[in-house]
Amino acid sequence: MPFKKFVEIGRVAYIADGPCQGKIAAIVNVIDQNKVLIDGPTSGVSRQAYPLKQMHLTNLSVKFPFNASTKVVRKELEANKVDEKWADSAWCQRIKAKAVRKSMTDFDRFKLRKAKSQRNRIVTIALNGKKKALRKAGKI
Amino acid sequence: MRAKGTLREFRVIGRKMPTENEPETPLYRMRIFAPDAVVAKSRFWYFLRQLRKFKKTTGEIVSVEEIKERKPLQIKNFGIWLRYDSRSGTHNMYREYRDLTVSGAITQCYRDMGARHRARAHSIQIIRCEPVAASKCRRPLVQQMHDSKIKFPLPCRVQKQGGRLVKANRPGTYFQ
Repeated sequence: MPFKKFVEIGRVAYIADGPCQGKIAAIVNVIDQNKVLIDGPTSGVSRQAYPLKQMHLTNLSVKFPFNASTKVVRKELEANKVDEKWADSAWCQRIKAKAVRKSMTDFDRFKLRKAKSQRNRIVTIALNGKKKALRKAGKI
Repeated sequence: MRAKGTLREFRVIGRKMPTENEPETPLYRMRIFAPDAVVAKSRFWYFLRQLRKFKKTTGEIVSVEEIKERKPLQIKNFGIWLRYDSRSGTHNMYREYRDLTVSGAITQCYRDMGARHRARAHSIQIIRCEPVAASKCRRPLVQQMHDSKIKFPLPCRVQKQGGRLVKANRPGTYFQ
């Protein structure tokens, strides 16, 4: 299995744990095997050291030289529309959906159940109509 | 000393109490790495006693200042010269660490000495700690990070066991 995501200068990572949890940031430099210097000026992450264990690498990356200033990092992130690409990605949508699901109250779950059963009813009625027509025509 | 948490750098200045024979005593300054100012003062007297002929009862501390890192967002290679007591003798050592702050590097050093040599904090004396230029670094673990195009994967991501003791699927370590 080849490796597709690398810890490298410019790699955008999702911060899964710690004080900046839930935000994305770019890797500016590598401190050592376990820590990197990250910066996320467009997502509210100040420049700091962060442990790799608390970060998940995304497939987005930008190009800037190592130790680039926050100004340069911001310019590259905005030029590559990283925030939009992240928000459109399936990963980000899944995180948001999970958060919504987790924050549901019992009333919300009731409403969801009712909405699902209404939708399924529409589908089943349409399906059964089609099946009946095909059976009449001898196709099934 | 207990190297609790992240150590902080203190500049401690002390002098022998002035007497009629010696109204102006020289000031001595030390760079102490300690968890707080109280321990810093204590370590100051510990070292001063070994170097000069006065101690806490015959001297006074003129000032204790915490020194903040000048450039806390710049990665530096720190060379640390230290002296420590092992079970069978006392040795000098030179170690290198890569960190953003001096205090961070010294804290790493104490943890590393504890792990690799079972040296307790009270038996370690930091002689000198300087940032070292990348070309002058001697340790391969630090030198391997000196690459402007550094790139490495995270091959075996061990996730801490979260929540359930019994899982439906076997956990994996390949997250690409």
